[in-house]
Amino acid sequence: MFKNIYDWLDERLGLNDLYTNLLDRPEPKTTWWNTLGSASMFLFIMQGLTGIFLTVYYTPSPDHAYDSVQYIMEGVAFGWLIRGIHHWGATLMVVLVFVHMLRVFYTASFKFPRELTWLIGIGLFLTTLGMGFTGYLLPWNQKAYWATTVGTQIAGTAPFLGEFILKALRGGPDLSALTLQRFFSAHIWIIPAVLVGLMGIHLYLIIKHGESHFPTKED
Amino acid sequence: MSGSHELSRRDFIKVTTGIVGGLIGAVIGLPSIYYLIDPALREGGKEAWIPIGKFEDMQVGVPYPFSFTRVQVNGWERTASSFGGYAIRKSDSPEDLLVLNSRCTHLACTVNWHEESDAYICPCHDAKFSMAGEVLDGPPPRALDVYDEHRLTADGLIEIFFKEA
Ligand code: HEM
Ligand code: FES
Repeated sequence: MFKNIYDWLDERLGLNDLYTNLLDRPEPKTTWWNTLGSASMFLFIMQGLTGIFLTVYYTPSPDHAYDSVQYIMEGVAFGWLIRGIHHWGATLMVVLVFVHMLRVFYTASFKFPRELTWLIGIGLFLTTLGMGFTGYLLPWNQKAYWATTVGTQIAGTAPFLGEFILKALRGGPDLSALTLQRFFSAHIWIIPAVLVGLMGIHLYLIIKHGESHFPTKED
Repeated sequence: MSGSHELSRRDFIKVTTGIVGGLIGAVIGLPSIYYLIDPALREGGKEAWIPIGKFEDMQVGVPYPFSFTRVQVNGWERTASSFGGYAIRKSDSPEDLLVLNSRCTHLACTVNWHEESDAYICPCHDAKFSMAGEVLDGPPPRALDVYDEHRLTADGLIEIFFKEA
């Protein structure tokens, strides 16, 4: 009975093919280093879920952002757990993505035909950093405020366009309600959307080309 | 696994992944549900005795207006809400006091006592209530609500018992 339903669905959706291609595709001899990409993806999903939960109580306005974070930590059941996972997951994700990139570099896996996988990967690394940068401001405490002041100031030292970049990031010459609001928007909508898109291409390319062999002495 | 009772290496991985995944899911998933519904599980209803005026200032047979505000904390925000009503003395005894809530039982506007009409009149849909709070006219479904517990303090103040919604 269940088999019949499954077969009916499989004929139309290609479930078996999906399974084989996603989870059961042939791999060269791999090591734990090959799991770092999947680990980054897992962390991204965790960040997404805990982030969605945080928005249930967080509010991105200068007069309430700090209090709402305080409320999450002390007023809501398991708020500390959700925020804790999101907080430490953010740091861990940057580290993992970076180590994943190092391993791809050291095993020379970025070469033909995987150059685009590498380039997309650089986009993934930069957007991951962007998530960290925009997320850091959201608690609107002293550290967040000054870190963003400094961070945007550094971006402002770029030649020619510096002042424009600084104003575009801050939504004006100074850190204000506009800065908090646009960082929030970037953190929960814009950057994740870009990241998901890049991840999709990244994964497609990995499935298309398969995992690379680690180079041997002869290579 | 064909025919053998031993778990193949692949099936072992599948089962382990399933169990570990399930555990992680439960450890994070269940608290997440609690986190979401937490505000719905809160006991509201803070209670207080609130002074509404001096007993000697209330005249027999004349509605005595009073009002007070309460601050409610909702998450990270405080909201002040106003409440009000009329105390009506029926005799010399402080027991013989009727304390009405001036919140209209139709759609919650505030009713006012009008001496010349001998009624509380609601500005919103022209409801009329008698001095004792009964509906005389208009859309309200029931009489005005009553603060049913009150007491006289040693300083001659009337206090009513108030419970937040
Ligand atoms: C959000 C961040 C990222 C995610 C979710 C992600 C995900 C993945 C996954 C699941 C794999 C296959 C398993 C593996 O080899 O580990 C992979 C492979 C790969 N990644 Fe990433 N990745 C990310 C960032 C990067 C970065 C920053 C680079 C380099 C700039 C990069 C370059 C590559 C390359 C070239 C491969 C192919 C490796 C091979 O075939 O041996 N990725 N990625
Ligand atoms: S609210 Fe009082 S009559 Fe409608």
